[in-house]
Amino acid sequence: MSEQALSRRTVDIRSLLARHGALIALLVLVAGNMALTPHFLSWQTMSVNLTQVTTIIIVAVGMTLVIATGGIDLSVGALMAIAGAFAPLIFEGKLFPVPSVLAGVGIAFVLPVLIAGLCGWFNGYLITHFRIQPMIATLVLFTAGRGVAQVMTNGNLQAFRMPAFQVIGLGKVFGVPVQVILMILIVWAAAWTMRRTRFGREVLAVGGNQRAARLAGVPVDHTIRRVYIISGLCSGIAGLIVISINSSADANVVGLGSEFDAIAAVTVGGTRLSGGVASMTGTVIGALIIQIVRYMLLANGVPDSAAMVVKAGLIILAVALQTQGQRA
Amino acid sequence: MSESAPLLSMRGITKRFGGNPALAGASFEVRPGEVHALVGQNGAGKSTLIKVLTGYYRRDAGEVSFLGQPFQAASPKEAQAAGISTIHQEINLVGYRSVTENICLGREIRRFGLLDWRRMHAVAEQLLARFNVAIDVRQPLHVYPIATQQMVAIARAVGFSARLVIMDEPTSSLTDREIDVLFGVIRQLKQEGVAVVFVSHKLDELYAVCDRVTVMRDGRTVRVARMDELPKLELVATMLGRDAGSVVRQGATGFGEKNAGATRALLVTTDLAAPPAVQQVTLRVGAGEIVGLAGLLGSGRTETARILFGADAAASGKIMLRDKEFAPREPRDAIRAGIGYCTEDRKIEGIVPDMSVRENMTLALLPALTRSGVVDEEKQRRVVEGFIARLGIRCTNLEQPIRQLSGGNQQKVLVARWLCMDPKLLILDEPTRGIDVGAKADIQALIRELARHGLGVLMISSEVEEIVEGSDRAYVMRDGRTVAELSGDGLEEHGVLAVMAHGTDGANGEVADV
Repeated sequence: MSEQALSRRTVDIRSLLARHGALIALLVLVAGNMALTPHFLSWQTMSVNLTQVTTIIIVAVGMTLVIATGGIDLSVGALMAIAGAFAPLIFEGKLFPVPSVLAGVGIAFVLPVLIAGLCGWFNGYLITHFRIQPMIATLVLFTAGRGVAQVMTNGNLQAFRMPAFQVIGLGKVFGVPVQVILMILIVWAAAWTMRRTRFGREVLAVGGNQRAARLAGVPVDHTIRRVYIISGLCSGIAGLIVISINSSADANVVGLGSEFDAIAAVTVGGTRLSGGVASMTGTVIGALIIQIVRYMLLANGVPDSAAMVVKAGLIILAVALQTQGQRA
Repeated sequence: MSESAPLLSMRGITKRFGGNPALAGASFEVRPGEVHALVGQNGAGKSTLIKVLTGYYRRDAGEVSFLGQPFQAASPKEAQAAGISTIHQEINLVGYRSVTENICLGREIRRFGLLDWRRMHAVAEQLLARFNVAIDVRQPLHVYPIATQQMVAIARAVGFSARLVIMDEPTSSLTDREIDVLFGVIRQLKQEGVAVVFVSHKLDELYAVCDRVTVMRDGRTVRVARMDELPKLELVATMLGRDAGSVVRQGATGFGEKNAGATRALLVTTDLAAPPAVQQVTLRVGAGEIVGLAGLLGSGRTETARILFGADAAASGKIMLRDKEFAPREPRDAIRAGIGYCTEDRKIEGIVPDMSVRENMTLALLPALTRSGVVDEEKQRRVVEGFIARLGIRCTNLEQPIRQLSGGNQQKVLVARWLCMDPKLLILDEPTRGIDVGAKADIQALIRELARHGLGVLMISSEVEEIVEGSDRAYVMRDGRTVAELSGDGLEEHGVLAVMAHGTDGANGEVADV
């Protein structure tokens, strides 16, 4: 049994790796860390990792939809900064008078997210109306967005203490952090949307073959604008979580490099950059891998800058595995 | 030539994908300097056999010998180096680079480490001269017509060293005149002792140019014969695995009886224009009528269809749909009005490759399957299963990605995409191009049946036979104008060809001015 049976087995392993490579990598990482990194399974470590990965996942959910249409959104980090800059201005009544603290907090939850969504719409508008390539179109807000956030806050760090607002970053329900619950809801809703709704199919059709989709009556431009709006909304929510955890909003720092983390999570999770495929579970796994790698390096004394190189390596590995899977 | 030792011999070739055998002990033999037809329905194993030969796939079992030596190519590049070249259906060239660059791509001639342009231009000219093509090789490729580009592709593939050239449906995008030129090239190659494997679905072409034929079915080689000893009918019967008698009764196409009676007008266009491709199109399609749209490549047929479907805008003219003015801005508008459009190019404008058969088939139907945004999957499944049974679509299950299906089955899914929304008017652009005889007959029979139930059909086809046998009436387009309307006895092959060639003044009295 030959060569034939043997060669078939290698093919099977290869396609298995391509399909479940991310999950296997995650399990290997967890096992490796249990052996190497002290206190890896402690409640505290887990909770630190979970808290940090939440924002990556939320941003990556929107990014998965964008990438599924064959696009990319570089502005997510800047939109996080915009949402983060607006929220304290609102609940501290600096932007417009608020009737009460509670009302201010309520508006501070909603309005910044909507503004980020509006920015997402602007991305989509540039792409569909002027036919600008997504990477260039979103580069506009990648640059200008953070600038807007800095201008609004005069470049100052806004420190605050507002427990009612900071529930979103620090609160817990039955011991589970609020942002984790929020993240699970968002992931679940996105996965459900992709699987069950017409919009989900239209996203995949646009990414899979845009010309065929248009000729089958799919509202292509509308669909593209919607995924960028969703990506904007996700970024807005993530921005609020970050400033709540930090008890401060710094337009220079909030969401810095998030676009990279999100794209890395999506790619490592098995969603092709060329579009037509979306895996929410994959994206979650991808984000967890990136988080654990970063934590592992940090806990073992490797500086954050070196960790970035490792992250880049991960993306290359993920893309290489995907191409393998396609060929097999 | 006929008794010489084989140039290529493949024996007992087996190839499985997952558990399914694509090739089950197939054999194939080519002699030096012969033109050998390789035929079979889609899914018979022709492409797999060729891909095994050219190193794209690795065979599971079997022996190959080439030039008397055991042969195993690890990659298409290796096969090419060994003397086996392949010319694909699509031209894989770089339009914006010069002809020379396209020919010499990957095997540039260098001098002192720099590109030796003078010699490369000379080589390119020399290669093209072999095929009687004299063009300025310094110009970018895209300025030349498709036929010339095809010649460049052939020159590139054949190079100076090919002993065996495989042509995979080389004629599907060529006009008749360009095909003649291609045949000239094939004869030229043959004279130089180069063997050609010719894969095509067009029987007339096979008989025009091939010496021998190998027929494949279900992954096996079922017949090898000299072309002149195998009548057309028997060849078709062998491909389908039926006896010759049943093929006769079906006729050459699957359309059957025609609709003779006048019908209520469904679609009427008056002086429709979108220059430069569409100049003046006036036509009428009745309910329950199959109307053919004939014409040479580039006569504006597809462009007309795209306007009717809202994919492109009309510059002037009027469209009336069921007695109401109709001006679609997007395909969506046309779909809502009950029009379906099956495009000419399955890969580029038809399938969404990674999506399942189920999702592909119901893509246009989605709005009707959706309640407040959520797809009714139960209903979707019923629709898809119904059409898979009705059209005899071969797939492992509804969730199989459509890219894994054969061309004929992909086309059936795409036809079903429109039929499932129960259209009033169906525009079919080359509905049977590049698909096997069986699927072709299935699709043609289905079109006729639907027309009997009141569907209006506008059918674009480059095969005159399909227009003549399949349509109740036909328009012929020439240079963006509908120049003639043919019906009844006037709708016959000679008449259509005459109009295509000469315009209105061509044939006898039955050709009416529009």
